[in-house]
Amino acid sequence: MDLSAINPAVLMATVMVAATPILLAALGELVVEKAGVLNLGVEGMMILGAICGFAVAVETGSPVMGFLGGALGGAALSLIFALLTQYLLANQVATGLALTLFGLGFSALIGQGYVGIKPPEWVRLDLGAVSRSPVVGTILLRHDPMVYTGLGFVVAIWAVLKFSRVGLILRAVGENHDAAHALGYKVIRIRILAILFGGAMAGLGGAYLSLMRVPLWTEGMTAGAGWIALALVVFASWRPGRVLLGAYLFGGITVLQLNLQASGVRIPVEYLSMSPYLITILVLVVMSSGRGRAALNAPASLGRNFHATH
Amino acid sequence: MVAVVLTMVAGGLMFAALGKDPVAAIRTIFWDPLFHPQFAAYSRPQLLVKAGPLILIAIGLSLGFRAGIWNIGAEGQYILGAICGAGVALAFYPAGGWHIFPLMVLAGALGGWAWAMIPAVLRIKFRTNEILVSLLLVYVAQSLLAAMAVGRMRNPEGGGFPGSRNLAQYPPAANGELIAGTGIHLGVLAAVVAVIAAHVLMQRHILGFNISLAGQAPRAARFAGVSPNRLVLVCLGVSGALAGLAGMFEVSGPSGRLTIDFAHGYGFTAIIVAFLGRLNPIGILLAGLLMALTYIGGELAQFMLQIPRAAIQAFQGMLLFFLLALDLMSNYRVRWLRREVS
Amino acid sequence: MTVLLSVEGLTKTYPGVVANSEVSFAIAGGEIHALLGENGAGKSTLVKMIYGLVRPDAGRMVLHGQPYEPAEPRAARAAGVAMVFQHFSLFEALNVAENVALGMESPPPMRRLAARIREVSTEYGLPLDPGRLVGDLSAGERQRVEIVRCLLQDPKLLIMDEPTSVLTPQEVEILFRTLRQLSAEGTAILYISHKLEEIRALCDVATILRRGKVVDTCTPGEKSARELAEMMVGTVLTPPARPAKQPGPVALEVAGLSVASPAPFGTALKDIGFSLRRGEVLGIAGVAGNGQDELLLALSGELRSPPEAVRITGQPAGHLGPNARRRLGLVAAPEERLGHAAAPDMSLAENALLSGAVRKGLVGGAGFIDRAATRDFATEIVARFDVRTPGIEVAARALSGGNLQKFVIGREILQEPAVIVVNQPTWGVDAAAAAAIRQALLDLAGRGAAVVAISQDLDELLEIADIFAALNEGRLTTPRPVEGLTVEGIGLMMGGAHGMEVAHAHG
Repeated sequence: MDLSAINPAVLMATVMVAATPILLAALGELVVEKAGVLNLGVEGMMILGAICGFAVAVETGSPVMGFLGGALGGAALSLIFALLTQYLLANQVATGLALTLFGLGFSALIGQGYVGIKPPEWVRLDLGAVSRSPVVGTILLRHDPMVYTGLGFVVAIWAVLKFSRVGLILRAVGENHDAAHALGYKVIRIRILAILFGGAMAGLGGAYLSLMRVPLWTEGMTAGAGWIALALVVFASWRPGRVLLGAYLFGGITVLQLNLQASGVRIPVEYLSMSPYLITILVLVVMSSGRGRAALNAPASLGRNFHATH
Repeated sequence: MVAVVLTMVAGGLMFAALGKDPVAAIRTIFWDPLFHPQFAAYSRPQLLVKAGPLILIAIGLSLGFRAGIWNIGAEGQYILGAICGAGVALAFYPAGGWHIFPLMVLAGALGGWAWAMIPAVLRIKFRTNEILVSLLLVYVAQSLLAAMAVGRMRNPEGGGFPGSRNLAQYPPAANGELIAGTGIHLGVLAAVVAVIAAHVLMQRHILGFNISLAGQAPRAARFAGVSPNRLVLVCLGVSGALAGLAGMFEVSGPSGRLTIDFAHGYGFTAIIVAFLGRLNPIGILLAGLLMALTYIGGELAQFMLQIPRAAIQAFQGMLLFFLLALDLMSNYRVRWLRREVS
Repeated sequence: MTVLLSVEGLTKTYPGVVANSEVSFAIAGGEIHALLGENGAGKSTLVKMIYGLVRPDAGRMVLHGQPYEPAEPRAARAAGVAMVFQHFSLFEALNVAENVALGMESPPPMRRLAARIREVSTEYGLPLDPGRLVGDLSAGERQRVEIVRCLLQDPKLLIMDEPTSVLTPQEVEILFRTLRQLSAEGTAILYISHKLEEIRALCDVATILRRGKVVDTCTPGEKSARELAEMMVGTVLTPPARPAKQPGPVALEVAGLSVASPAPFGTALKDIGFSLRRGEVLGIAGVAGNGQDELLLALSGELRSPPEAVRITGQPAGHLGPNARRRLGLVAAPEERLGHAAAPDMSLAENALLSGAVRKGLVGGAGFIDRAATRDFATEIVARFDVRTPGIEVAARALSGGNLQKFVIGREILQEPAVIVVNQPTWGVDAAAAAAIRQALLDLAGRGAAVVAISQDLDELLEIADIFAALNEGRLTTPRPVEGLTVEGIGLMMGGAHGMEVAHAHG
């Protein structure tokens, strides 16, 4: 067993990369849930984004187009969810699950022709010698643009929710959709926009997986990342900063267990691969058993459909 | 049902987009397994074999779903049931005796039950969301399965390949066909029994009433004296046990061996079956048969028309979409009977 | 005074019901105009048309001499019409400033808004702290938020829908002072209520609605409350008959009852104690949000407490659930008809099973439901309590408020309990049904049951109660006999003005 082969700075950098897909998806779902909607289809939207992004990137040769494609793919799938739950008042849990199943199948279908192909590379940040410096450079300054975008989103979403009118209205809708409607706000429209945003973000996350992190296309490659993202939102008490923390935690465990596997630690591979999920469960338990404050951040209308009565 | 027709249309479009003849595809999926001269003899019994576990699991799920208790981890409970059942069988190998099979049944049910108790207890004690816990446990169960297939339960005479002994060839543990050529094994019987029991429960028993009440009006349920905790334990427990049973019947019958990819996603498809059947036992029976048809038809289509398996999954997802859309449209109209005016 | 708003021939019908028919009246600038009528008379619909939430089928409105047809509340607000609803549109997890901002078209930046809120609220005698979470405010303070939200938009007409149902008598005084101040400044007020004494004290003019039509316009100060009531209801009202009774043995004893509230912004109960004999009626007064819901839950068994905290006919019951308590003889009727007392989408027969299973023996030994017995029970309730419904297989949500309430209360009464606890038994119910319910409760007491009636309606409590107590911030005042109570005294028992600051009148 050779633990010395694990370099902490490289580890940290890898964690940031590993965390980015779930970070993006979780941020998107946070916005959706703040508006009062529970979209369980994150896994489906992520994987659809993964294949759409991959396909577009390969066809156009441009990673940027690929990410756009991924975002659009995720958003398109979430549109189905939006229509079903907001207009036809379908049960949110069932619809979200249907979304996941459909997304998994449909993406596998599209992905048939893309197995084994290598996607176009993306230029990484390179500030010369600074980027190559052992600690700071490795950890912070050598990433591809999406990692920085992810961090940017954290700040942006936090600011919008806290300070802007749009953010206030969104929170109000999630908190008490009847009151928001009585005040004249278009509850359904706001929720649909939030759902689309969540879909786009999940799609981005998925595209990052297939384009950057792995980078390959395989059927079912998200392996439950979408569910982890959902758990993350609860874990973070619906606060963007905590989502970042949680994403790093989870990314960290995934990377760590991979590294442990590689370094010949004497635990069978299968048990190590269980660990991220078990830890997530543990964290969920700890978070939900805390009273008061955690409950305060959960939007009161979460999961309940809005019936307009005139 | 309109939803089925719509799905056929949409599915046909999808197949056409893939460059396959849509009519041929639909026919292959829905018609041929039952009536094609060459394949039907093989496919028809398969219908019950595939439908059995789906129905069994879906019945258990429907109870919880009606009450607003979302067990999404049936797949994991199914796997645990298989592991436990197979484990008991392998522990006894190569001894004989009529007591082996009943013990396996017990183990399978207990295994699934226990796996479902984890999200149940966590929800009761810590208010943790059972959707996420039961789901994450599926991934854990899959890893456990792999560990077992490669490690403890590996067949020592298997030439180093992962996978357990073939239980179908070990008579005391085998879950064979009861009537040759129909594919009916004990699991299928269990499914039928479950349908009848669930029907009686929901229509005539106070527990069924409480389940419906809890799902529709949770505050009124508490007013009526329904204990939400007990309901969680009962619903998750029953669905876990049934899923575990299904897994156990499957591993000792049609599948035969415990391998890494033993689980075919029945636990997830059962969720669709539950909704397709509108959470109603008779409906689930029919929906299970329909779903099984799409599975077998899908295999046939893969074989004859080279339509990939993934397409069937997409197809099934579409079915659920259309169903949700149409089903709740009729619900919606009912809600709009306004008699009260302020 | 010039006419501000003139309403002519306004008509609105819904399937099967005429909500308003040819309604016409006028409001002058600076006038406090009452809209009087019992529940179901059409007041809310009329006002929703004025505020732009509902379009009239016929008729027209003229505001400031111009035709007035608001397509939505936004248009009404732009024209200078503001409304404070009976059910607040507030967001508990957000603070006062955020709530106010959400109710405004284009609010100023937060800091400026907070300052404005402080200014205006103090100026009109309703001081508010912009940073507090609305969930932490009392009902009276929440109403202030709604009012300040309106005032910041400089309205010419302020509509208030049943504003005093959530206020103690002292808080009502404060509100009236504010309204008179506004009126003196030229803002007209349309005041909807069914509380006759208040209208006589406050309003200049009253328009009386009955069954969707205007029956009279008068000056309330010149009429007696009884005359107004008769105009409202159309018949001579008789107060309920109180059978003479001998109080029996103690049926319900509560001691040291303290429980936390299950709701995130609820009120915990603190050290509640009282003792009630068979045949007595205990009236518990209190404005919303002081623990009424929690008290009912603690008595019915949905909230558990130490065994000795609640004793039913002598047996410790605090640790028991609702069905065990039903077996001991205690039944309850919660405030929320749809969703708590009854399941909205279940039939009346199923709803009868919901609470009557234990005492009426509707479930067999193995747990199987006796369908026939259930149907009989439901039919009996409908017949005995004059519940207007096409049948017992109809869903609960299809019934009108009054009829559903008759069913709910009737269901509990027909179980012949030893103790019955009701919360807001006649809220939102038309006068005839309300009278029937009160009489039924008194009759039940006459047959030897102990009745606990929690209500925000002081008149109702004074009518039916023998013993009186008030619930204030989770504490119960010492119960005392009803004779000799004054409204002032009751108000103080209810907590006075709940520590709300009383700002000095604007000079």
